[in-house]
Amino acid sequence: MANELEIRNLHARIVDGEAILKGVNLVVPKGQIHAVMGPNGAGKSTLGKVIAGDPGYEVTQGDILVDGESILELGPDERARKGLFLAFQYPVEVPGVSNANFLRLALQAKRGEEVSVSEFYAKLQKALETLEWDESILTRYLNDGFSGGEKKRNEIMHMMVLEPTYAILDETDSGLDIDALKLVAKGVNAMRGPNFGALLITHYQRILNYIVPDAVHVMIDGRIVTSGGPELAMKLEEQGYDWVKELAVAN
Amino acid sequence: MSENILVEDIGNEYKYGFVDEVKPVWKAEKGLSRRVVEAISYHKEEPAWMLQFRLKALEIYQAKPVPTWGADLSGLNMDEIYFYAKPTEKRDAQSWEEVPEAIRRTYERLGIPEAERRVLAGVGAQYDSEMVYHQVREELKRQGVIFVSIEEGLRQYEDLFREYFATVVPPEDNKYAALNSAVWSGGSFVYVPKGVKVELPLQAYFRVNTAELGQFERTLIIVDEGAEVHYIEGCTAPVYTTDSFHSGVIEIVVNQGARSRYTTIQNWPHNMYNLVTQRAIVKKDAYHMWLDGNLGSKVTMKYPSSYLVEEGARSDILSIAFANTGQHQDAGGKLIFAASHTGGSVVSKSISKGSGRSSYRGLIKVYEGAKHVKVNVECDALLINEESRTDTYPYMEIEDDTATVGHEATVSRLNDEQIFYLQSRGLPEDEAAALIVRGFIEPVAKELPLEYAVELNRLIELEMEGSVG
Repeated sequence: MANELEIRNLHARIVDGEAILKGVNLVVPKGQIHAVMGPNGAGKSTLGKVIAGDPGYEVTQGDILVDGESILELGPDERARKGLFLAFQYPVEVPGVSNANFLRLALQAKRGEEVSVSEFYAKLQKALETLEWDESILTRYLNDGFSGGEKKRNEIMHMMVLEPTYAILDETDSGLDIDALKLVAKGVNAMRGPNFGALLITHYQRILNYIVPDAVHVMIDGRIVTSGGPELAMKLEEQGYDWVKELAVAN
Repeated sequence: MSENILVEDIGNEYKYGFVDEVKPVWKAEKGLSRRVVEAISYHKEEPAWMLQFRLKALEIYQAKPVPTWGADLSGLNMDEIYFYAKPTEKRDAQSWEEVPEAIRRTYERLGIPEAERRVLAGVGAQYDSEMVYHQVREELKRQGVIFVSIEEGLRQYEDLFREYFATVVPPEDNKYAALNSAVWSGGSFVYVPKGVKVELPLQAYFRVNTAELGQFERTLIIVDEGAEVHYIEGCTAPVYTTDSFHSGVIEIVVNQGARSRYTTIQNWPHNMYNLVTQRAIVKKDAYHMWLDGNLGSKVTMKYPSSYLVEEGARSDILSIAFANTGQHQDAGGKLIFAASHTGGSVVSKSISKGSGRSSYRGLIKVYEGAKHVKVNVECDALLINEESRTDTYPYMEIEDDTATVGHEATVSRLNDEQIFYLQSRGLPEDEAAALIVRGFIEPVAKELPLEYAVELNRLIELEMEGSVG
C-alpha cells in the first residue's frame, strides 16, 4: 500500500462552470511537507477544496488517492475520516456552536467512538500550549467574531487535535503578522513526523522560512509546471512568476 | 380500540406516538353543545357560578367567527371532536401507585417520575381531560405552596381561585379562549406565597391518548409578592389518522417584586391543531419570562403575552418554532406596556424545513403616558430547503414618544459553506445541518434547564434527519 497522497492527472471545474484544474499531477509522501506556490488564479485553492470534496466543484478526469485508495466517490466527511484535513483559507463562522464542543464532535465522528472528556481536554491543552493560546478561545462560538489571525490559528488547533494523516493548508499564512505566522508554523512543525504529510498552499516564500518544505511545486493555469527543493521558492521570491509562466507556455 | 390505529408519521420518527390500551371511564358525546358543557360541569361537581360562566362562554364562542388572519383552520371540524374524556375516577393522585397501571406506564415511558425524583419540585400529569397525578415536595407544601389540578384549586381554594380566574384571559378575548372557558378541564392551579422561592421547576405534563379528543386545560398561576417560580409544560400524543385538537388557556399573575418563568416544550404529533392563549399580568418591579418551544403539531397559533401594568415591570419572550413539512407554526409574542419605566424583549427563532411554514406574529404596544419604555424585538428565520417558507408580521403601536424601540429581523438559508466546513472536519452532512440549527437557536436554548436543552437538541436532530443532500 502506497503511503502517500497522490493527485493523478486531476481535471476539475466549478459545477456547471469553467474548468480550473487541467491535469494536476502531484505526490505527497507521508512524512513530507510540500509547498504549492503560484500566482493568483492558478487554481491552488481549488486544488485544496477538490481534494477535500467541496461539492461546489466536479472532477471531470483523473483521480485522488489516499494511501493508494481512490477517494473520489467519498463525501467530505468520509474523506476526513480517511485522514484528510483542509485548513480553510477563509474559515467559516458558525454562530451558537462552541469551538470546543464542535471539535469534540468532530473527533468522535472521525474515530467513530466516544472520546472521553479527559483525553479530549489533554489534546486541547497540548495544542493551546504549542500555539501559546489561552482557553477562552474554546468556549467562543466557532470562528464567530474571530479576527483573521484567530481564525487561522484556530484552524491549526483543529488540525492538531484531529491529527490528520494528510493536511492541506490553504494560504494559512496570508493576512498574518510575523508573530502569528511563527505560531502557526510552530503548530505545523509540531505535527511533523513519519505519520504526517502536508500540502502547503501559499503565495509567498515567507512561511517557508519557518516551515522548511521537502519539495516546492509551482502551479500555473491549473497545472504543476515545475517542481524543486526549497531553493525554488527563493528563486520565485527574487524573480517572480514570469519565468514560470513562460515555461508553462513552452510546455 | 379499532379506531386507534397507529400510523407512520409523515417522514419523521415521532417516538411518543404509541397508544395505550386505556378506555376512558366516561366520554362526552361527539361535538359541542350546551348539553356537553353541562355534563362536564356535572362530572366535576362544580358550584353553580362556574356552570353559568361556562354557558356564557359557550355563547361568546358561538358568536365569534373563526379567525382568518392567521393559519388555515378550515380543517378543524368541531363536530368530529370529543370535548371531554375522563380517564379514571380518581383525580390528583398523590402517589404514582394510585394512578391506574396502564397510565402510570405511559408516564414512566416518558420519564416523568424519574425527572420528578431528580430535578423537579413538583409534577402534574394530565391524561386526556383530567389531571391524574399531582404532587409537590413536602417542604414546599409546608411553606404554603399550592400545586394542584385546577379542579382541586376551585374546590379547595374557591375564594383565591375566584379572585383571579378569567381576570387575565376573559372569555371575550378570542374565540378559542371562549371555547376553553366553556369546556375547560384539567390544568394546574399554582399559588406561591409571598417571598417563597421555588428553586426547582414545577412541571405539568399533558398527554392525549383518546383519538379525536380535544384537550382544553386551564392553568392559573399566582406568584405573590417577592416569590419565585419556574413552571414547565410538556405535551405529546399518539399519532392517529384523524386530526386532534388542543386549546389551552394559561393565566399568570406576577405580583410586586416577584419573578416567574413559564416554559413550554410543545411536541404534539403532526396532526394536532394547537391554539393556545397564554398571558401574564406583571406588576411593580416584577419579572416574567415566556420560553416557548413549538416543535410539533399541524397548526400552532400561540402568542404568549405579557401586560406590564405597573412601574418597573419587565418581561422577556423567547420563542423557538420548528415547522416541518405539513406544519404551520404561527407563533410569536405580545408585550403590552401600560406603565412607565417598564421594559422587555422578544427573541424569536424559527426554522422551516421541507415545505414547512413558520410565521412570526408579534405585537409591541406602548400606551400613551407610559414613559421611558425600553423594548427590543429580534426575529430570525432559518430556511432549510428551497420550498420552506417564512413570514413576519411585526405589529408596533407606539403611542408614547419617550419609548426606545429596537427591531431586527433576518432571514437566512442553510448555508452550503457552513455544511462543507463542518463536514470537512468529519461530521456527516445531517449532523452538520443539525449542529447549525442548534447553533441558530442557542441564544434561546441556553435559557432552558439542562435536561430540557438536551431533549430539545435531540428532537431537533430527529427533525433534521434526511434534511439535506
